[in-house]
Amino acid sequence: MTTTISAIGQTNDFVVRFANVNGTGSASANNLIMKSMFRMGVPVTGKNYFPSNIQGLPTWYEIRVSKAGYLARREQVNVTVAMNVETYARDVQEVAPGGFLIYDSTWPRNALLSRDDITVLGVPFARLCNENFDGVRNRILMKNICYAGAMAALFDIDFEVIRSLVTEQYAAKPKLVDANMKAIELGYAYAKAHLPCPLPYRIERMNSTVGQVLIDGNTAAGLGCVYAGATVGAWYPITPSTSLMDAYKGFCERFRVDPVTKQRKFIVLQAEDELAAVGMVIGASWNGARAFTPTSGPGISLMNEFIGLAYYAEVPAVLFNVQRVGPSTGMPTRTQQCDVLLCAYASHGDTRHVILFPANPTECFHLTPVAFDLAERLQTPVFVLSDLDIGMNDWMVPELTWDDRYTPDRGKVLSKEEIEALPKFHRYLDVDGDGIPYRTLPGMTPKGAYFTRGSGHNKFGVYTEDSAEYQEVLDRLVDKFNTAKNLLPPAVLRGSSHHATGLLAYGSSDEAVKEAQDQLAAAGIDTDYLRVRAFPFGAEVDAFIESHAVVYVIEQNRDGQLRSLLILETNAEKRKLIPILHYDGMPMTARFVTDAVLAHVQTTATHSTASRGH
Amino acid sequence: MTSITKPKVAHPSLPRNELGLTRRDYEGGMSTLCAGCGHDSITAAIVEAAWGLSLRPEELVKLSGIGCSSKTTAYFVGGAHGFNSVHGRMPSVATGANAANRQLNYIGISGDGDSLSIGLGQLVHAIRRNLNMLYIIENNGVYGLTKGQFSAAADIGSQSKKGEANLQTPIDPTLLALSLGAGFVARGFSGDKKQLVPLIQAGLRHPGFAIIDVLSPCVTFNDHEGSTKSYQYTRDHYHPAVATDFVPKAQAIEVAYDDQTVVALHDGSQLRLRKLDPTFDTTDRVAAYRYIAAKLTEGEHVTGLIHASSTEDHELHTQNRSVAEGLNSVPYSELNPGSAALSKLMARYR
Repeated sequence: MTTTISAIGQTNDFVVRFANVNGTGSASANNLIMKSMFRMGVPVTGKNYFPSNIQGLPTWYEIRVSKAGYLARREQVNVTVAMNVETYARDVQEVAPGGFLIYDSTWPRNALLSRDDITVLGVPFARLCNENFDGVRNRILMKNICYAGAMAALFDIDFEVIRSLVTEQYAAKPKLVDANMKAIELGYAYAKAHLPCPLPYRIERMNSTVGQVLIDGNTAAGLGCVYAGATVGAWYPITPSTSLMDAYKGFCERFRVDPVTKQRKFIVLQAEDELAAVGMVIGASWNGARAFTPTSGPGISLMNEFIGLAYYAEVPAVLFNVQRVGPSTGMPTRTQQCDVLLCAYASHGDTRHVILFPANPTECFHLTPVAFDLAERLQTPVFVLSDLDIGMNDWMVPELTWDDRYTPDRGKVLSKEEIEALPKFHRYLDVDGDGIPYRTLPGMTPKGAYFTRGSGHNKFGVYTEDSAEYQEVLDRLVDKFNTAKNLLPPAVLRGSSHHATGLLAYGSSDEAVKEAQDQLAAAGIDTDYLRVRAFPFGAEVDAFIESHAVVYVIEQNRDGQLRSLLILETNAEKRKLIPILHYDGMPMTARFVTDAVLAHVQTTATHSTASRGH
Repeated sequence: MTSITKPKVAHPSLPRNELGLTRRDYEGGMSTLCAGCGHDSITAAIVEAAWGLSLRPEELVKLSGIGCSSKTTAYFVGGAHGFNSVHGRMPSVATGANAANRQLNYIGISGDGDSLSIGLGQLVHAIRRNLNMLYIIENNGVYGLTKGQFSAAADIGSQSKKGEANLQTPIDPTLLALSLGAGFVARGFSGDKKQLVPLIQAGLRHPGFAIIDVLSPCVTFNDHEGSTKSYQYTRDHYHPAVATDFVPKAQAIEVAYDDQTVVALHDGSQLRLRKLDPTFDTTDRVAAYRYIAAKLTEGEHVTGLIHASSTEDHELHTQNRSVAEGLNSVPYSELNPGSAALSKLMARYR
């Protein structure tokens, strides 16, 4: 009876982990399993933990199945498919009590029997595939597809869903459909005949994925660049941002190539390094095209000098920083939010930059046109600060939609007629009192010509070493930054805003924090959660901090970088901002946040009791 | 970038080009370089070349890095947009600008410090990309603004003003460009405007990357005895191998003489070469390399057109198959696939 109850509790609510060797085609098997769960209407999220390597090293893929729709990572792994001999020992240890481990029983693995609180199930994947397929490479690939079949049986996944997914995937190569289906059926049949199907961790049809898609943030951002009307993309390959440019290029090849003439309405420039990549973006934006560069922390470090030029010479530029673990080369395939301060104050001299913090692929898509609008409206670099977790993992989000009424805000660019109508054009004059001057594009009229420079200039755009003239321009840049505050997407509030305890986070931490907020409520602590979406901070951020007795600032870096930025750029009281910091390179979990808040609450309670005692 | 506005007074008798503009219309701000600086002569040659080509000032884009040479973009064609970028990185800004609008003329002014040390990587890759621009290196073998350090173009044994001798091998921009397959490679001397003007005109018309290394003595830090980039040394050791005449499209083509080679440019204009050294062949890249390198070992800098070949088939936009109009002027409606296409695309992610 107890077993039955617990089995019901585990339906559509568990974590499965696949331990693979990279370069063996396991990605398609894992994707097939996740997508079939998704097609059965069950909320899922997939995270790939991969090495900085092409072939032969361990890689893990985790699917969290959550009927409640929680999309953050969860620590507890209930089912592990251990396909990597090298990591068997570790994989066995990391299965939660009561869980299951599936392994390739072609060879005996005594070490697997070292735990009596989990169930170990063997399937002779290698033997099955060796008996049914030819060729070494083919047998390795089919072995992975074969486990997808076994897992379908164990999870009670509708076989027809699997079949239709395979058929769609190999629509252009029917032969591959047959081979893959054969491998899947081998695994499926073996599991049905020899294993206790289904497991208590199983899938049951739901209706919670209607109108949803599984998409990664880099794909969504690349698509956003297409929809924003960007025509020039410049980049230097770097993990984890590469797939953003791949996506942009792929979508452009689909949407921006004339079917007859084959002429292209875009250009992708693979630069010699990140310095050149951002230089190209600046040159193209200066010349009136929407241009962008995707990169990661090390790229931003290299781009610093040019970022200062764009800031001071007031040239638009859109930079995607898909953050990875630093410092230095760090862990290129792990996630962090460690470049907040780097981007906020990039380059030497007094500089401050606009940053957008997308929290998921939906925002990667929708904030991209916003980034271009802001860069052109404000004539300044704009950073879109994503991270590896958002950029490279598949997230379940509502289908992306587009409002056809959107027109790009190209900012204060004078037309030829407008220039001709002026007595004289001055590049850096604050005509409208918002700190934003007017600009002109090359090629129109000699009257619009001006000289762009990173050296000291006055409001007329003329070189200067005069103190007052220099300072006047520098001060106007502050006015412009203040104008930016009113143009940025506001922070998002979850909660009533009159609880005593505040949670403050940004970017990919969002899913974990929302779940933690629910866990805290269940533990009797009601909180309000503010998700910051942009820097400079809007008035609502100040107000939130002001109105809460304590604000936990939750981030995925060691030094509490957003907290530092809040202390520097708002009126927040430093001691009110309690840092909760997760920086091991794995995506943060709700449990981590909840435990940290509870621990702090307890410490404070003990402390205040102790104080009162004195 | 210091510059002083020059009063613009055009005497009615000044000659006018096809656009009705005088040479004054192609001037810029007043130079603040040292009196007698070779760079100012190059500026004058650019003014003459642009006027002679009847280039619309607004259709020229001037780009530069940092250094004495890079300042000069403020001193010519005031009606053109200028971009004085960061040290050694002008080629990337030029690449982006050109990517955004292929219909304008791009001229980059750099120096031997800006191009051959800090900016060597960007120069090399602009050549590889076959960016359609004219790239002029105003080469004085020395860092002027920081007061006289050797540049990577300084010859072995050349002495600095303080008497120190350079021991490191120089980078020769023409050999570099030839080895990378540049389609237009030339060398000039700031003191020889007659040779330089047609080279600049041809470089502007070349449909791809054109580079001119212009020897330009630094009167303040590199014009002393012992320097191999002084006026005196350059006059003594420069070796014009080819006399060059630029013939615009509109002009009648005269009968070519036996010692003349005619190079047709893509817009119908011609570059007419008269060999001063009968052994030199400008059409053969490898032979040109050998010739220049051999002369360099003799201490001679070959000047004139060194190499010209058609590279239009792999110019940046040709490679990309870009639309003929500038990418910056494609209407947004042609760039955005719209909501229906997005909705269709979403099927892939279900």
